[in-house]
Amino acid sequence: MIEFDAVTKNYGDGRPAVADFSLTVPSRRITVFVGPSGCGKTTLLRMVNRMVSPSSGRVLIDGDDVAAQNPVALRRSIGYVLQNGGLLPHRTVAENVATVAILNGAGKREALGRSGEMLELVGLDPDLGRRYPAQLSGGQQQRVGVARALATDPNVLLMDEPFGAVDPLARRELQEELLRLQRELGKTILFVTHDIDEAFRLGNEVVVFRTDPARGGAIAQKGSPAEILSHPADGFVRSFIGATAGETPLSTREVDGRRVVFDPAGRPLGVIDS
Amino acid sequence: MSWLAQNWEQVVSLAGDHLALSLPAIALSILVAVPLGRFAQRRPRLGGPLTSAAALLYAIPALPMLIVVPVLLGVPLRSNANMIITLAAYGTALLVRSVVDGFGSVDRTVRESATAIGYSPIGMFWRVDLPLALPVILAGVRVVTVSTISLATIGALVGIGNLGSLLTDGFQRGITSEVLVGILATAILALALDGLLLIVGRALAPWRRVRA
Amino acid sequence: MNLLADALSWLADPSHWQGSGGIPLRIGQHLLLTALALVIASIIALPAGALLGRTRSGGAVIGAVAGSARALSTIGVLTLVGLWLGIGIGPPLVALVVLAVPSLLAGAYSGVQSVSGEVTAASRAIGMSSAQVIRRVELPLALPVIVGGARAAALQVVATATLAAYTADVGLGRYLFTGLKTQDYGQMLAGSILVILLAIILELAFAALQRLAARHAAPHSTPALSSRRTSS
Repeated sequence: MIEFDAVTKNYGDGRPAVADFSLTVPSRRITVFVGPSGCGKTTLLRMVNRMVSPSSGRVLIDGDDVAAQNPVALRRSIGYVLQNGGLLPHRTVAENVATVAILNGAGKREALGRSGEMLELVGLDPDLGRRYPAQLSGGQQQRVGVARALATDPNVLLMDEPFGAVDPLARRELQEELLRLQRELGKTILFVTHDIDEAFRLGNEVVVFRTDPARGGAIAQKGSPAEILSHPADGFVRSFIGATAGETPLSTREVDGRRVVFDPAGRPLGVIDS
Repeated sequence: MSWLAQNWEQVVSLAGDHLALSLPAIALSILVAVPLGRFAQRRPRLGGPLTSAAALLYAIPALPMLIVVPVLLGVPLRSNANMIITLAAYGTALLVRSVVDGFGSVDRTVRESATAIGYSPIGMFWRVDLPLALPVILAGVRVVTVSTISLATIGALVGIGNLGSLLTDGFQRGITSEVLVGILATAILALALDGLLLIVGRALAPWRRVRA
Repeated sequence: MNLLADALSWLADPSHWQGSGGIPLRIGQHLLLTALALVIASIIALPAGALLGRTRSGGAVIGAVAGSARALSTIGVLTLVGLWLGIGIGPPLVALVVLAVPSLLAGAYSGVQSVSGEVTAASRAIGMSSAQVIRRVELPLALPVIVGGARAAALQVVATATLAAYTADVGLGRYLFTGLKTQDYGQMLAGSILVILLAIILELAFAALQRLAARHAAPHSTPALSSRRTSS
């Protein structure tokens, strides 16, 4: 599990990104940090693999303070996926997937062999391993990014808006893939997004952030998607999850033999398919 | 070109001397400019004045430089060392800019991603920054190569033997074809090496040739 | 350091500052030759480069020309022209013009071509005449790169004008060659120092000019300045 213990991060201009932030991220579950831009969610994520150091407080993985570990070794033991994949453009796809294994001293042939397995795991044809990232679509590159992160079988997976740069259709597919992988592998996943729908679709636990001018990022509400949807904590959470004050009155009408659902303004939202 | 037919061996020999002066100078330029440029790119506050100083160095005309270097460093005026040092000075001044631009062109996201997955700083330099900066740096090396070979001819004016000797000798004896051979031989040498570097560059960067 | 002392005493000698071989005269010759070559080369290269840049054609050719020009030995061009056209100041001038054209051409092409087509189209759309578009939009925006090309050309010409003394009795280069021949190393070094000072002053002046042009083209931004050298 990941533990944030009274973490504060100050940047130059005096206003903290986060102040006195504490939270425990449970093991083997997907926890999603969601909130508007600048609320500190990415900063917190990046503290876990020491890309950012807290000004005060500690971050612990399974009880060990990350600050006490060698940063390079730490990062190699954590899977990290970011937006746009962050693949090395001058290495083939297979080499990219095998990067950490090779850094850790694995034999090149053995590591590249594993790459094939990893590509299959994320739903890609292993033959793609011979191509360069530039030859893949955005969705494919993101899958490679995930394959790379999982290649050394880390316990912790950090995902920083990984599906933000792909089209909605590809994004849906990638989300489904992630859920399938999680069913198979059961990693501790910390996932950051600004998309509330994605958060609800993926998260076992969702942490909604708000920005407090004085204290930086703070938790507005924390819980399972169902809990938050049914009982939003305050006006901010309510508007963030898209529910207006009170209930949103929807109406239905029969159109060509189907029951179509309409929003208050009369725009069609979907079809009832019981 | 009867002159060429009669003096072929001399031309080849001088070409060899020419390369013996140019190639070490080019190599020296690379060895100095890459660390220097890397440093300048990482510390812009020191790097700015550094690139300005390089520009100023490059502004100094070649013959005066060839005369001043012996005074400053104690090497003999007519020595190969003098020529190589002078050529390397120009090459470095010219290359630093490309090195800075090259390292600056490496995508920030890629660097971040590489750090995050666990590259050590040294690994980062050799496996990420340098390969990705190479295309731009190599373009600079090509310019330096051509410039150096062309500039080396100036050495003949102070008596350092190379293809430029064909120019001075031809001028003094009024043999136009000798001068022409000198010009062409220098240009061909320069462009041949340039072409070679172009091919090497393409081979070293296969990922640039592919498109989705 | 003996050599330096010789050079300084040579410079301090008042007789070297007078007469037809005197320092002021030679500096004047050097500058005049440089200026003349630059002006003539500009008249040839700038309109051509600008025109090509506007139509965005011939970029590859210009690139090839600039690249090949770099491979031309400056002393080679000087001696060749000297043999073909004889003695006097004419041949070196021709050589200098030939050597200056590529930089100016490349600078003009690059500068004009870099002015975004959208910006010029928009200017025309809001009602500027062709002349106004050139004068108020394209020229100011292209100027920093053009000045960069001129800067490279100027340095090239100053350096080669020094060498021109090998084929003709003109400019500060004469001190270097005379000193070399008569083994008067004091004179040789003194001449070198003068040429170096001249070149540095010119470089600083052009650099300042380029910064000025850049600020004029894009106030409040910090463009990356580079004077692209096309030949030594």
